[in-house]
Amino acid sequence: MGEIEARGVSLTFQTADGPVHALKDVSLTIGKGDFVSFIGPSGCGKTTFLRTIAALETPTAGQIRVNGMEADEARRARAYGYVFQAPGLYPWRTISGNISLPLEIMGFSKAERRGRIARVLDLVELSGFGGKYPWQLSGGMQQRASIARALAFDADILLMDEPFGALDEIVRDRLNEALLELWKKTGKTIGFITHSIPEAVYLSTRIVVMSPRPGRISRIIESTLPRERPLEIRDTPEFIRVAHEVREGLREGQSYD
Amino acid sequence: MSRALPVLTVLSVIVLVWYGAAIGLNAPWARDQAARAGEVLSTRQLVERTMMQDRPVLPAPHQVAKGLWDGINGQKITSKRSLVWHGWITLSATLAGFAIGSLAGILLAVGIVHSRVVDLSVMPWAVASQTVPILAIAPMVIVVFASAGVTGLLPKAMISAWLSFFPVLVGMVKGLRMPDAMQMDLMRSWNASRAQVFWRLRLPSAMPYLFASLKVAVGAALVGTIVGELPAGATAGLGARLLSGSYYGQTIQIWAALFAAAALAAALVAIIAGVERMVLRRMGLAR
Repeated sequence: MGEIEARGVSLTFQTADGPVHALKDVSLTIGKGDFVSFIGPSGCGKTTFLRTIAALETPTAGQIRVNGMEADEARRARAYGYVFQAPGLYPWRTISGNISLPLEIMGFSKAERRGRIARVLDLVELSGFGGKYPWQLSGGMQQRASIARALAFDADILLMDEPFGALDEIVRDRLNEALLELWKKTGKTIGFITHSIPEAVYLSTRIVVMSPRPGRISRIIESTLPRERPLEIRDTPEFIRVAHEVREGLREGQSYD
Repeated sequence: MSRALPVLTVLSVIVLVWYGAAIGLNAPWARDQAARAGEVLSTRQLVERTMMQDRPVLPAPHQVAKGLWDGINGQKITSKRSLVWHGWITLSATLAGFAIGSLAGILLAVGIVHSRVVDLSVMPWAVASQTVPILAIAPMVIVVFASAGVTGLLPKAMISAWLSFFPVLVGMVKGLRMPDAMQMDLMRSWNASRAQVFWRLRLPSAMPYLFASLKVAVGAALVGTIVGELPAGATAGLGARLLSGSYYGQTIQIWAALFAAAALAAALVAIIAGVERMVLRRMGLAR
């Protein structure tokens, strides 16, 4: 469980201005427990690829298998949690109510829901805020609540589309650390989209650099950093070397423009 | 006090302008009467005469107030001259029509949002139904119902429902369609059924829009009822009172009935606003 396999995935959008090749021949295997970051300029297909894994888009060619099933089957089996850039919490529900939402839809009992909500609030360090409404929380806390919601039903896979993009650097650092802690504790497979090179290098075991027109994988970089990563690791030469490699990959991908 | 002052100021200006207009509009008749009696009126006498006519062109505010008072307090509640009795007849038909219209609007909106077929087939007819001049339809509706032996509240409630269902329909469709693509994707990622999406996402999102359109609808329902009471033969309700006032030239009666209808509308909208506040507070949407 928790594996994603993409083989020759292509996706072309038919628009009024002509076809848009969002993805072309993307092949990638994500193993269980991997933390894979997707980085690249706008329009390189990172979001489209993540959405294809989530069965929110259908590829026009190629195959995607999640947990050994068709992507849509995996979606129906609730195999993943999705986190967007905006928290997307319901203003008419408290934080606990928001986290409870997928649990209610999936049919968990009241007692189970209570237990899961408490556990997952603790994971994201929002215990005690369950009774508050989203507008009473800061942006960073709302995003943490959104992550808690994605974790509540114990899916093996977590798909995150620039979750910290709208937050300032200080909050981002803290949340990066918290996410890494969470990953260590839960062992989930994480697909993470970001525009920030340091964030990609800090968080992931593998970095996928993509380039646009058509959207394709430009380079896959295996991170040589150890799993234990305090924030200070960002000033070490090893980190800078990996970041340099990522930057090279990005530049390479854009040389066709 | 700070809130009351602007309102009182505007009210005073309105009343002053009203008095001025009453004097102006009633003066010709007063002068005419005086000329026939061979009198010459001073300005003061003229002004006095314009304020006391039995059938003024424009009743002065105090005359309307007296008419209202007479209609409400001066009659037994069951008498045919009582504004309370007529008001109740109009109110009951309005409430019935409003309930039917709102329910129909909500149900149709749910259908439109969930089915493309319903969307394409119902919306054009709903819009077309509102372009029919209701004043032309009302007598027909009354007659058709009467020929089937149904008189009284139901035909008026039907006209009322006709006018009030459209705002609710439009408001609910907009409200139910509020959730953006991201919210819908989230629901898809949890494999929620359409019913679950409706009850947990669409309906709560639509609440503010629902109450806004209910306020419009209740006013339209009242208009519908009064229009239903206007056709020939109506004997009960504020509309009938308006009609008989105009038949017999009792302008004060007309204005008193008008004010009673306006007060009724204001009360209904205020009640809906109160319910809205309560519901939104319980939903956590009121800060």
